[in-house]
Amino acid sequence: MDLFDKFKPLADAYADLTAIGADPFGVEFDRIVSPTLGMIGNREIVLAGTNNYLGLTFQEEVIAAAQAGAAKYGAGTTGSRIANGTYGPHKALEAEMAAHFGMSSAIVFTTGYQANLAVVAGLAGPKDQIFIDADCHASIYDACKLSGAEVVRFAHNDPNSLDRRLARTDPEASNKLVIVEGLYSMFGDVAPIAEFVEVKNKHNAFLAVDEAHSFGVFGDRGLGVAEADGVLDGCDVLVGTFSKSLAGIGGFAISNHPQFELLRVASRAYMFTASSSAASVEATRAALRCIAAMPELRDRLWENARRLHAGLKAAGFSLFADPSPVVAADMGDPAQAALFWNALLADGVYVNLAIPPGTPNSKSLLRCSVSAAHTTEQIDQVIATFQSVAERLGASGEGALMAATS
Amino acid sequence: MTAATSVQANTELVEELKGLLAGLNKNGVDITRDTDFNADLNVDSVAVMDFVLMVEDTYDISIPINLLSEVRTVGEFADVVARARAA
Repeated sequence: MDLFDKFKPLADAYADLTAIGADPFGVEFDRIVSPTLGMIGNREIVLAGTNNYLGLTFQEEVIAAAQAGAAKYGAGTTGSRIANGTYGPHKALEAEMAAHFGMSSAIVFTTGYQANLAVVAGLAGPKDQIFIDADCHASIYDACKLSGAEVVRFAHNDPNSLDRRLARTDPEASNKLVIVEGLYSMFGDVAPIAEFVEVKNKHNAFLAVDEAHSFGVFGDRGLGVAEADGVLDGCDVLVGTFSKSLAGIGGFAISNHPQFELLRVASRAYMFTASSSAASVEATRAALRCIAAMPELRDRLWENARRLHAGLKAAGFSLFADPSPVVAADMGDPAQAALFWNALLADGVYVNLAIPPGTPNSKSLLRCSVSAAHTTEQIDQVIATFQSVAERLGASGEGALMAATS
Repeated sequence: MTAATSVQANTELVEELKGLLAGLNKNGVDITRDTDFNADLNVDSVAVMDFVLMVEDTYDISIPINLLSEVRTVGEFADVVARARAA
């Protein structure tokens, strides 16, 4: 008997995967040269799987702000937000995020994962009901479990499926929290937020929208899919992360609810973890200023996204969604996906490998995320590498697969 | 409802669920109460969840995922469905 016995199927699957080549879940970069270029040993790798949508990780003023934050406030806060870990920069970032969204309250968290734990498990308790989109992120599923609420799933991106489930409930019996995402991170498909707002209003439910992958990407001001759909005010709470478009680490939740600030003393994921370092918070504040000052970054991002999507589509790849900064190609099965992923890395392109059970519809896919910092040449290199790998693997077919896995 | 009639009702339900399971039963397994979703049908948790969505809309019920964490077999699932229908 061993606690690790239960992981046997996982261990077997992981061993099969790593027998194909490099460990897709343990890639180590020796140097990061720029938002879109890394080094493994002496090899240059184009980074096309980083969620660095606006490419701000190396922005001069962002790095300077992080350095100044560390110099002024120290390396870490050594405490939680409700003890000694709230500094001026934390409160300033909250005020700036609230103003950026034009809403009354913003709370920042140490990671995006914790933002979801804090909001979902903070808002919903054992006597409440939560309705989640089937394809919601693992952090939302974990948060639901932590809440103790009754959790009902509805079909992905299907407002009618939500409507039917809400209609089955007793309108007076419990509070209802609906959770959807703006842009889904695996397939790159976008939620019909306006329709979800309509359904939640009809049933007097509370709507939380996770804009982790859509903040900085969608909408005239880059606030996310809710803004792009013109229904920002219809969302009761918006959740997001600083670790994608904002190029740092941390999470946020924003709301106009008059009692929203109560989460600071009701959310365990807010109270019982160390706060973000001042370096991290100051970097995020600087990145937020960049986003506000440089709307052209979004234009550049979308140009790149459309170019990659069109190029892969023309090359015959089966893509899961319309153009967005997440472009995912169907690879058939996990072994084929891993083989393809290894070949791409060997040829200097890093993308994300995603295989069941971590994927919707049990799909095996290669997921690219596009950055505003990609040059046109880099986008074309990614497309060309996908194409040449497909030709190589296609030509040797099953033989290549057998050779790699034997 | 007595225990005996409950089992009887659930036997009918298992028969109905067999039909709904056709899409998941790629190897043509003979489905009984004891059929294990993972071990016998070789379907992962995501596919089971999609099956649950279909069952919910077929019977116009909602099945909270909290009730599914212990479910391994078709019979156990039928019991959860029966409870949701009775609620």
